[in-house]
Amino acid sequence: MSFARNTHRLLERLSDSAFAALRPGETASLGLSGEDQTYLRFNAGKIRQATGVRQLGLELDFRVRGRQVKLASDLSGREDLDLCALQTLLERARSEAAALPPDLFAAPLENHGQTEEWREGEPPDTDAVIDRIAAAAADADFAGLFAVGPQIRAVRNSEGQSHWFSAAGYFLDYSLFTVNSEGENKAVKGLLSGAEWEETKLAAALEKDRRQLGLLRAPSRTLQPGEYRVYLAPAAVAHIVDMLSLGAVSYGAWKKGGSALRRWIEGEVSLSEKLSLRENFALGLSPRFNSLGEVAPMTLPIADRGKLDSLLVGARSAREYGVTSNGAESSLWSEELLRSPEILPGDLPERDVLKRLDSGLYIGNLHYLNWSDLQSARLTGMTRYACFLVERGEIVAPIRDLRFDDSLYRILGTELEALGEEALVLRSTDTYEQRSLGGSKVPGMLLSSFRLTL
Amino acid sequence: MNSPEAALPGFDPVTALSRVAPLADWIGLRLVEETSQHRGVRNGRPDRNHVRFSRGAMIEAVVNGRLAYAATGDLSEAGLHEAALRATRLARESARHAATTFSPGLRPTGKGRFSGPVATRFDTATLAELTGKLVTASSRLRVSDKIVETSAEIVLTEHRTHYLSSSGTDIEQRFHLVSQNFMATAQDGAEIQRRSLNGPVARCLQGGLEVVDFERLFDECERAGCEALELLGAEDCPNDTRDLLLAPDQMLLQIHESVGHPLELDRILGDERNYAGWSFVKPEDFGRLQYGSPLMNVSFDPELPGEFASYGFDDCGHRASREFLIRDGLLLRGLGSLESQARLGLDGVANFRAAGWNRAPIDRMANLNLEPGESTLDEMIGLVERGIYMSANRSWSIDDYRRKFQFGCEYARLIEDGRLTRVVRNPNYRGVSVPFWHSLKKVGDRGTFGVFGTPYCGKGEPNQMIRVGHASPHCLFANVEVFGGGR
Repeated sequence: MSFARNTHRLLERLSDSAFAALRPGETASLGLSGEDQTYLRFNAGKIRQATGVRQLGLELDFRVRGRQVKLASDLSGREDLDLCALQTLLERARSEAAALPPDLFAAPLENHGQTEEWREGEPPDTDAVIDRIAAAAADADFAGLFAVGPQIRAVRNSEGQSHWFSAAGYFLDYSLFTVNSEGENKAVKGLLSGAEWEETKLAAALEKDRRQLGLLRAPSRTLQPGEYRVYLAPAAVAHIVDMLSLGAVSYGAWKKGGSALRRWIEGEVSLSEKLSLRENFALGLSPRFNSLGEVAPMTLPIADRGKLDSLLVGARSAREYGVTSNGAESSLWSEELLRSPEILPGDLPERDVLKRLDSGLYIGNLHYLNWSDLQSARLTGMTRYACFLVERGEIVAPIRDLRFDDSLYRILGTELEALGEEALVLRSTDTYEQRSLGGSKVPGMLLSSFRLTL
Repeated sequence: MNSPEAALPGFDPVTALSRVAPLADWIGLRLVEETSQHRGVRNGRPDRNHVRFSRGAMIEAVVNGRLAYAATGDLSEAGLHEAALRATRLARESARHAATTFSPGLRPTGKGRFSGPVATRFDTATLAELTGKLVTASSRLRVSDKIVETSAEIVLTEHRTHYLSSSGTDIEQRFHLVSQNFMATAQDGAEIQRRSLNGPVARCLQGGLEVVDFERLFDECERAGCEALELLGAEDCPNDTRDLLLAPDQMLLQIHESVGHPLELDRILGDERNYAGWSFVKPEDFGRLQYGSPLMNVSFDPELPGEFASYGFDDCGHRASREFLIRDGLLLRGLGSLESQARLGLDGVANFRAAGWNRAPIDRMANLNLEPGESTLDEMIGLVERGIYMSANRSWSIDDYRRKFQFGCEYARLIEDGRLTRVVRNPNYRGVSVPFWHSLKKVGDRGTFGVFGTPYCGKGEPNQMIRVGHASPHCLFANVEVFGGGR
C-alpha cells in the first residue's frame, strides 16, 4: 500500500480513537501533514547531498469551555505507537486547557464537510532522473534542488468533518552559471514541476537557458541609481506577490496595523485598473481547506481592476472583528496568507516586451525582498539572475545587480503600464520543515518607473 | 517530555545502531527530540498556546565512498532498518555523479556529553503562572489608549541530540532555550509605529526560566510602550550621510548578514548558489583580505555560556571551540565544517549543523560575535558631531553575494554635537559590506556588550531554519547613507 493510502488509514484510526475518547463538552480536530520525499541537491552538475525524508506530523486542536490548546507531534507511522502518542497529547491538552483563561476568538469547531482529493502520479525513478539531469547539464555549471514524492494534508474533527489532499509530483529548481568576458559570475534561473517527469521538458528548458547565458557572457554595465523604466519577468513578479502574503491582504493584519496596503484598503490610494489579483484554487496547487477545515471558495477576488474586493479572512479574525470567514489560512508566524494567488494577465505579448520597454531594464528575477517602510508599502530587494539593459527595443548588455526600494502603490499602481499576455504557474519550492504546497500564477509587468537605489 | 527510550520500550540507541550498521560501509545515527512551548498573550488575552513534540532520526550511510541520508520519524527496529536501506540505496544511486567522496576523517570518533546551562527548569512555573506573567507584560506594554496592539510571547524549548556512528562516535547534548518577543503597536490616525524589546524575537538565550527577570521585563515593556508613542510624534529619519551608532540588537543583524553568511565555506563552494546565494569572498581571500578596520575582531564562539547557539559538538561530532575569523580586520578563517574544509583545503570551525532530525547538516553560523573594544558608550556619542543612533532591527535585505545591504530599525535618535537628541522614526541605512566594515571607527567596551540571537536563520536545500547567537558591543561607523520612510 502506498505512503498516502497507509497514512489515510492511520489518520482514520487516530481520529476514531481520539474523538471516541472525548468527554462531554470537549471537541477536537486532528490535522495531519506528511511527506515521503527524495531531495537531491546539485552543485556543479554533481550531487552534493541526497536525502530521503519520510515524516508525518499531527496537530491536535483541543477545545473545552472556551479554551483552546494546540499540541503537535511527529508520528512514527505505526498505529500502536501513534495511538499512544495521541493519548498523551490528549491528556496534556486537558491539563493545559484547565490552566488557561478562555480564548474569546477561538472559533468553535464545526463540520465543514467532507472532501477527498487524490493526485497519485507515477513517481520518476530516482536513479534514472539523476542520470538524466547529470547528462543534460553535463556541459553547464548547474546547481539546484530536485524534490519528488507524495505530500499529504488532511484535517478531521469530532463534529464529523473530514478533508484529505494528497499529491505526488516533483520540482526541479535550478540555476545555470557562466562566467562573462570580465570574469564575473552570471546565471539564469529555471523551474520545472509536475505530476510526472517529462524528459523533453528539461532539455527544452536548458536549451532556452543556454541562449540566455550566451547573452550574459557579454561585459556587464554598471548603472547609476535612479528611476528606470523596467520589465519585471514573471519570476520577479512572483517575489512581489509573495510579499503580499506578509500581511498586505490579510484582514487580521490590517486591523492590527500590519498591512502594507492599509491606505489602499481604506480607500486613500488606488491601485492600477490593470491589476486584478485573486486566490484561484482551480490552479490545483493547494487544497482549498484550511487547517480548521474551512473550505475556501474556488476563486476569491482580492483586487478587481484595481479596486478592493475581498481581504483574506480566517475564522479567528472573523470571530474577533465580526466579519465572515472566507476560509483563509494563517500560520503560527503570520496572519492570513495567500495560498494560490493569481494575477490576471494583460495584453502585452511576450514577443513585444522589449519593443514596448524600448529603453530600460529587463529584470529576470528579484532576491531577498523586505519592507523598508511598511506604512508606505515600500519594498526593498535586489535584482538577480538574467537582468539586461535594453535600448531602443534591443538587449544591449547584462547589468550588475542593483538594489531597489519602491512602493507597491507605484509598482501596482501609478507606474504599472502593462501586464504580460501570458501568465506562468510557478509552483512553490519552499521546503522549510517540509515541502510546501501552493504557488502562484503571474504575468510579467511593464513599469514606467522603478526606483533603484544602490 | 518522553524520551525515545521511554516511548519505545526497550529502545537502546546503541543497539539500534548496531542493527543497521552491517547495511553499509559506515553508518551514522542522529536522534533528535525537542519539546517547544509557544505561549502567547495578545491584548491581555491568550492568543497562541502551542506545544510541539518533535522526535526522529537521521541515518547517514556510506557505500563505496559515497554518503547519503535518510530521515524517519519511525524509531522502531523496522523503521530504522527501512531508513538505513533508503540511505544506502541513495548512496548507490548518486555514486556516479557524487560531488564529494566520503573519508572517515569527516566524522570524528569519540565520546562526549554537553549540557547547556539551566538553573530553573521550565516546569517549575505552571502554565497558569506563566500566562499570568504574559498578561501582566501585555498590560504594561499598553501605556496609553494609542497603544492599539500588544503582544507578549515566550518560547521555551528543550532539545536533545544523540549522535552515534559505526566508527564509535557517541555524543549526547542537551539544551534549554528561551526566546522572547514583547511588542507594542501605537496608532494615531494614519500613523502606526511598532516598538519591541530589542526587535522581534531577538531575545534568545540558553537557560531555564532564570533568564527571564519578569519584574525587570515589566518595566522594559512599559518603556517599549512609551517609545512606540514617542515614535508616533517623531520626525522621519533624515536622508543624508552621517555617522551611525548601532546598538547590539542591530549589530546582531549586521554581523549575521554581512559577515556570517559570506564567510560560510559552503556558500563559497557554491552549494547555496541556487537559493541563498554565493559569496563575494573567495578562497584566496583568507589570510589576505582586510575585511574591515583594525578595530574589527570577529569570533566563532560556541563556548560563551548562555548564548543561543553554544554547544559542545557539531552534528558530525566535531568538538567545538572558539576561533577568530577576523582579527584586527584581517580575514583569517571561514565558517566551514570538516567537509567544507576538506573540499577547500582551508581551516574552518565546528559548524556542521542540521535544523532537525529531518535535515542533513550543512555549514551554519552558530555564535558569531564581535569582540568588545575600548570605548564607553558616552565616549562614542561624545565623538559624533552629526550622527544617528539606531536600535532594534525591523527590516533586512542583502544581495546574493552579500555585498549590497539595506537594513532598517525600529528606533533612532539623532546625535548632535556629541549628545543624543531628538527621536526619529523609520530609520534605515544602506551600504556595501567591506567598505562599511572599513568605516568602523569605534567599538564599545564590555560594558556596552549585548548578547542576542535569532531562531530564524534560513538557508539550505531542502531549506533549514536554525538558531544562531550574536553578541556585540555598540559600534560606531563613519559616513553611512541613512534615510527615512514615506513616498
